[in-house]
Amino acid sequence: MKSAVIVFPGSNCDRDLAVALEQVTGRKPDMVWHKETELPDGVEFIGVPGGFSYGDYLRSGAMAARSPVMRAVTDAAGRGVPVIGICNGFQVLTETGLLPGALMRNAGLNFLGRDVRLRVENSQNLFTAAYDADEEIVFPVAHHDGNYQADEATLDRIEGEGRVAFRYLENINGSARNIAGIVNDSGNVLGLMPHPERVIEAAHGGTDGRRLFEGLLETVNA
Amino acid sequence: MKARVFVTLKNGVLDPQGKAIHHALEGLGFSGVNDVRAGKLIELDLADGTSDADIEDMCRKLLANTVIENFRVERAETA
Repeated sequence: MKSAVIVFPGSNCDRDLAVALEQVTGRKPDMVWHKETELPDGVEFIGVPGGFSYGDYLRSGAMAARSPVMRAVTDAAGRGVPVIGICNGFQVLTETGLLPGALMRNAGLNFLGRDVRLRVENSQNLFTAAYDADEEIVFPVAHHDGNYQADEATLDRIEGEGRVAFRYLENINGSARNIAGIVNDSGNVLGLMPHPERVIEAAHGGTDGRRLFEGLLETVNA
Repeated sequence: MKARVFVTLKNGVLDPQGKAIHHALEGLGFSGVNDVRAGKLIELDLADGTSDADIEDMCRKLLANTVIENFRVERAETA
């Protein structure tokens, strides 16, 4: 699987994501700088990594969402290329409009850096196919603005369409309906606050994140 | 020509920052504060002739996230 990781000024999980992708796919992803206007030819998967793009100026993800490369990412997503946005990447995807809602300051105001338990709400999408329905998994979180909010009608719609991919088992940050990760209406764009790329090998203290990338690889190669 | 853009959270959107400020005010002994909402003020220095529609476009495309925020523009011809 040919993958690309987008790099903004202030990204800091781009290398973690690249290492995870290389381990799972056996192929180094292309690192794509935010000023690029095109993605590498034949890219089959795009990762928008965590970090503090543009220093979180204005709103988390707001500046990155308007960078040249995100137009190319939006076009690719429209063609059905799988896109994952992790943490700051999720914030970027909501700011571009690829995913509904917004991520606000954590309700408790504190930065949260710890492991959290999640439930796989929908194990039928591109990113969760390797998990069991309702499986409980542990991913770490590391965010200040992870409080997912959308209006009630939007929340009802994404719930009704099975687009909540992951839900927190405890409400750590104030997120509406404990939502930790959602997919777009065509199911090829996932945004989530927790970090699957940080639980890939036993030395990380867990491997629950590995199956997200393995499941994706299997689908893309199928 | 200058314009000021006020970006505020929509009604009903929880404002953790406002809550923290409220709490701190109470801690300082200001007991008469019912609620605090925090927002942003963005000052724009614009070319003469920039239209209201242009400014509104800036607000919708970048300055405010209309999922959670409202904006209001105040123009000051001489500032």
